[in-house]
Amino acid sequence: MNRQALAGLQSPVGVAVVALITVLGVTGAAIVVAGADPLAAWYQFLVAPLTSQFRLLEVLVASTPLLLCGLSVAIAFRAGYWNIGAEGQLLLGAIAAGGLGQVLTDVPPILAVPVMIGGGALAGAAWAFVPALLRVRLGIDEVVTTLLLNPVALLFVKALVQGPWRDPMGITESPPIAASAHFPRLLEGSRLHLGFVLGIVGIVIAWYVLTRTATGLRVRAVGLAPGAARFAGIPVERTLLRVALVSGAIAGIAGVSEVAGLQYRLTAGLSPGYGYSGIVVAMLGGLTMPGVLLAGLLLGDLTIGSSIAERTLSVPSQMGEVIQGMLLLAMVAVLATRAWRSRRAAIDEPPPAGPSPADGSRASPTDRPGEPPPIAAEGVG
Amino acid sequence: MPDHPASPDPAASVPAAVALRDITKRFGDLVANDGVTFDVRPGEVHALLGENGAGKTTLMRILYGLTMPDRGTIEVRGRPVHIGSPRDAIAAGIGMVTQHFSLVAPMTVAENLALGRVSGARLDREGMRDAVRRVSVAAELPIDPDARIADLSVGQQQRVEVLKALSRDCRVLILDEPTAVLVPQEVDALFTTLRRLVAGGLGVVFISHKLGEVRAISDRVSVLRRGQLVGTAPGDTDERELARMMVGRPTFGVERPPLAGDAGRTVVLHVGAVVADGARGLPALRGIDLEVAAGEVVGVAGVSGNGQTELVEVLAGMRAPTEGRVTVAGRDVTGLGPAGMMAAGVGRIPEDRRASLVMDLPVSLNLILERIDDFRGAAGLDHRRIERHARELIERYQIRATPRDPVRTLSGGNIQKVLLARVLEHDPRVVVVAQPTRGLDVGASEYVRSTLIARARGGAGVLLVSEDLDELLAVADRLVVMYEGRIVGSMATADADVDRLGMLMAGRLRASQAGTAA
Repeated sequence: MNRQALAGLQSPVGVAVVALITVLGVTGAAIVVAGADPLAAWYQFLVAPLTSQFRLLEVLVASTPLLLCGLSVAIAFRAGYWNIGAEGQLLLGAIAAGGLGQVLTDVPPILAVPVMIGGGALAGAAWAFVPALLRVRLGIDEVVTTLLLNPVALLFVKALVQGPWRDPMGITESPPIAASAHFPRLLEGSRLHLGFVLGIVGIVIAWYVLTRTATGLRVRAVGLAPGAARFAGIPVERTLLRVALVSGAIAGIAGVSEVAGLQYRLTAGLSPGYGYSGIVVAMLGGLTMPGVLLAGLLLGDLTIGSSIAERTLSVPSQMGEVIQGMLLLAMVAVLATRAWRSRRAAIDEPPPAGPSPADGSRASPTDRPGEPPPIAAEGVG
Repeated sequence: MPDHPASPDPAASVPAAVALRDITKRFGDLVANDGVTFDVRPGEVHALLGENGAGKTTLMRILYGLTMPDRGTIEVRGRPVHIGSPRDAIAAGIGMVTQHFSLVAPMTVAENLALGRVSGARLDREGMRDAVRRVSVAAELPIDPDARIADLSVGQQQRVEVLKALSRDCRVLILDEPTAVLVPQEVDALFTTLRRLVAGGLGVVFISHKLGEVRAISDRVSVLRRGQLVGTAPGDTDERELARMMVGRPTFGVERPPLAGDAGRTVVLHVGAVVADGARGLPALRGIDLEVAAGEVVGVAGVSGNGQTELVEVLAGMRAPTEGRVTVAGRDVTGLGPAGMMAAGVGRIPEDRRASLVMDLPVSLNLILERIDDFRGAAGLDHRRIERHARELIERYQIRATPRDPVRTLSGGNIQKVLLARVLEHDPRVVVVAQPTRGLDVGASEYVRSTLIARARGGAGVLLVSEDLDELLAVADRLVVMYEGRIVGSMATADADVDRLGMLMAGRLRASQAGTAA
């Protein structure tokens, strides 16, 4: 990569563009191997989903869990809380929805739907609580704990649908939830449902809070420089704990949205890894809310596009996931290059006045030397 | 300094093991080394003495290939060499033991010594152990090759670092403040080892700012001050003389108006018998008693690592004392956090200014970070008011920046002004400030110093911690000296005597001997 290209990497937009070009190049090769014309394939992947109203609405349906999970992850990452557990938190929200939906039979939808959302949010937050507490009290790395709780949540789901909630009619599904607990559809003849609105509203609220409020400034300060935030009197641990709970709650709502908006029951195959895709969305979006919106829609587009490409070009539908994975890898690689470059620059310019005292000084569980979140701080949010 | 001839040693005819000639290195406006010439001969300990920031570490980083000089040459046994990396330095027979050890904690001694030198797919573990035993026996430094680094004491880890350098056949060993991390018994052991190694022909560069140690171990002493070589003296030079070379004379043009008649009457900060641990859990403050009155600047002198950092942390609310009391204007604030200290009227400007601001946030938001809630509007933060506030402070404190610039893009002086503005804006009763001009150019330094004096004369009590004695003499009305976590001396600046200050700082004089101690 030449110097100018590297210079372009100083902005998050530049990062995303370079990552995208790299991905198109690498996946193009894979598509050729799969026996298709890359240009035609990319058209099917990216453009074809936008060519009819039905497809367009399906893109929004596919984007819904991605937007919610991307939002959940981006909020946490902005505070420097590396929540990798959106998948598990989503499944807990889905469990809550599956359970509540079975008992909310005689409740009008105007009450049942908010109860579903609230219950899922609580369940997701509860699943996020223990790792968050371990992090702020004992300094235990949340990357490991949140990640390891994901398969546990999946086992819970399986235990329920194969055991107590096993539907006599189905094999590994819970009984259907009550019709009053269904998320309302937004348009006649489309599967698009309330969950999409929740995602958009959530992103708008998060954008406003992060960029325009005192709370948002505290969260950003904690994420960018926990030591300086603590020094300025910001309660770092309390902020992290709250952000972790909000992040878990949003992931929980994503689970509710899938159960009450599409599946109408708890199934073991409910999430093909939406929580992990949320990390891709958050990172691709540069942890900004407009970025999360665009990245969520893009991955929704890819999801629909890969099934179209499978039908029309016999390109395996997994190619969509390959592109997704490549996008993330390229993004991380580019960010790492940027971090490496700035660290090089820092090494070439040692502290001008000799080393500070041998003490590490004010070390604490939350002041970790790790990478700061790779985002522009004052940008759009 | 004409009274310190460059090379008083008759042994000058022995060819130097390594020599640095006319080394100059700048970092921005700061000249870290200004035409410094320094050499070390086989079989001698040559100490490099100077205050923090004098340029000792930069000079040795250049010798070890970690920093490139702007000008100057390096010679090894009379021949000019290019040292572009630590690898070159090691090949030239130069070893360095830094303050922060570069050992892999979960690995064994043998593995650490083999690191960077193993090749091929198979590890010859027995060969690795043998290599450790060989060098350990040769240097008479016993060590268990199979011990894990993490299980060793700091002194033993330092021994491993020395062995690592020796195992690479180094002929010159650089020790960067080796005693800073050691307890006294370990210091004695280290000195015994060094004497033995030097007798075997090793050349040692011993970096320190502790006069007693330097005199105990060195054959020659070179003194650096503000990047320049003050002179080279025999190792048995009188401590007063060394202290004077190291500290110099005040040369500042800061105006310090006389104290007002009622100054010194109202105590705004009282520190009573405060004890606190350092970052490693070792005692750092061993009973500090201190008072600052409204209207005065009290300077805290001392070489770094004697508890100043911890004292500032305690007063900043970043470290809880284990014993003692802190009161601000009569109110007990012991153990309060940052928010509590600020609410009590303490303005805090610590030495690590970059860790005290959020570097990626703009100036305007950093300026309100200590009182975010004061800038709430009807719906969220009132960004218009925040921007106006920033413009006012930028003008008043002559900060060269716009409100939206991320602090990261500012120069050191302007970063310091942002901190000053944030703190002084709220009329603190007490200002606690550490190393306020470190790394700043002359203009910014003068501005910061005169601002602190003006603030004191305006009614605040200022506690100024600095390693720059010239600064303390120019700015402070009264001085206290910290040594090993205690206040060992106290005097009015008007009566201050640089020789005595130097002795107090070096721990060669106690309050009881200090005559005018108060």
